[in-house]
Amino acid sequence: MTRLPLAGDLGFTVEQTDEIDVRPCAHGPVLVRGATSVRDADGEDHPVTRPVVAVCACGKSQRGPWCDGTHKVIPRGR
Amino acid sequence: MQLPSPRGVLSSHLIDVLAGNARLQPSTLGNAVRTAMVSDDPIADEDVQLSLWVLYELHYRGFDGVDDRWEWEPHLLKARRELEECFEAELRRRARPHVTNAAMAEGDLPERLFGLVDDFGGPSITSYLQREATADQFKEMLVHRSIYQLKEADPHSWAIPRLPDLAKVPLVELQYDEYGAGRPERQHAKLFADGLEACGLDREYGAYLDQVPGSTLALSNAMSLFGLHRRLRGAAMGHLAALEATSSLPCRKYVGGVRRLGLPEEVAVYFDEHVEADAVHEQVAARDICGTLVAQEPHLAEDVFFGAAVCLIMDAILAEHLLGCWQGGQSSLRPTTTADEAVA
Repeated sequence: MTRLPLAGDLGFTVEQTDEIDVRPCAHGPVLVRGATSVRDADGEDHPVTRPVVAVCACGKSQRGPWCDGTHKVIPRGR
Repeated sequence: MQLPSPRGVLSSHLIDVLAGNARLQPSTLGNAVRTAMVSDDPIADEDVQLSLWVLYELHYRGFDGVDDRWEWEPHLLKARRELEECFEAELRRRARPHVTNAAMAEGDLPERLFGLVDDFGGPSITSYLQREATADQFKEMLVHRSIYQLKEADPHSWAIPRLPDLAKVPLVELQYDEYGAGRPERQHAKLFADGLEACGLDREYGAYLDQVPGSTLALSNAMSLFGLHRRLRGAAMGHLAALEATSSLPCRKYVGGVRRLGLPEEVAVYFDEHVEADAVHEQVAARDICGTLVAQEPHLAEDVFFGAAVCLIMDAILAEHLLGCWQGGQSSLRPTTTADEAVA
């Protein structure tokens, strides 16, 4: 079972299937469609309960793996 | 939902007609519309905004004892059109500088849309609610918000049949999430109602109609104006994008306010859901809906900015009203005639 990394080195992955659609947003999260769960760097699987989810790409969300808008209040250009 | 109490010549005549207490007389209605439209500021005008809200509501849930056939009565639609022309003109006047700036800015449409939101400024109640508001003030905010939140997402659903497929599909995707992603108990409007009830407030749709000022009704009316006109589909989607883009971070602060005040957990649940949901929705709305809509229909770009600006303008008007009242030690709600209608 191949796992697809999301957002560089944050360690969030999804299982690679034909249904998966991954769209990084400029200066924002990664939108993921077609996943049933997202796994974090500790190996915990977070169930997906929405038709599309936003996975944190800045590493600062307090609700990881999900985006909580924190990227908007940190300086750009890491 | 009961018909509300009137606030002037026009709403008085409209409500009498809908209640069956007076016959519809086009000349009387026409005169009443013209009287109401003399106002300098249709957004602040109680009679105009209540009349618009009642007329729009005929498309949503209707009123107890009011025949559904009134929804498409031509004389009422004519009256509504006159009110809308006045309302839209004022909204466009106020939005113009923001639309012009966004139209001239650099970047793709989503960037310019996010830029419009980020650059807006204006008064905000989020920090006040997080750190200083009393429990009664927080509950007043919930009362104002109940006018829209108890039908959350409905005004934007009107746009679904009006969009090209590539924008329609993500709109339906977003709305599906708003309506609970297949689980009725997770519908956002229901989560809001649960929060109201847990605070000892009335969860029934329209319960607080008489208590909110015209500017609170205007916030809801702007959404209905955009949603119900094909011509304004760009504005409807721009409004949605701005609404979503100004939710996630403020909702985190509202959760902080709920915890500080020890308000019921159901209220926290509502705002908590929105921190996560709207972090998704703002991206879908700006990129997948507005971005693709304007790619297919470039002439709609300015209307997208117009809708976004109106969302922010209406929020700022509410914020100014709330802060002004609360800092003066007063309620932000209209006086009621019976004690047991007042916020506990």
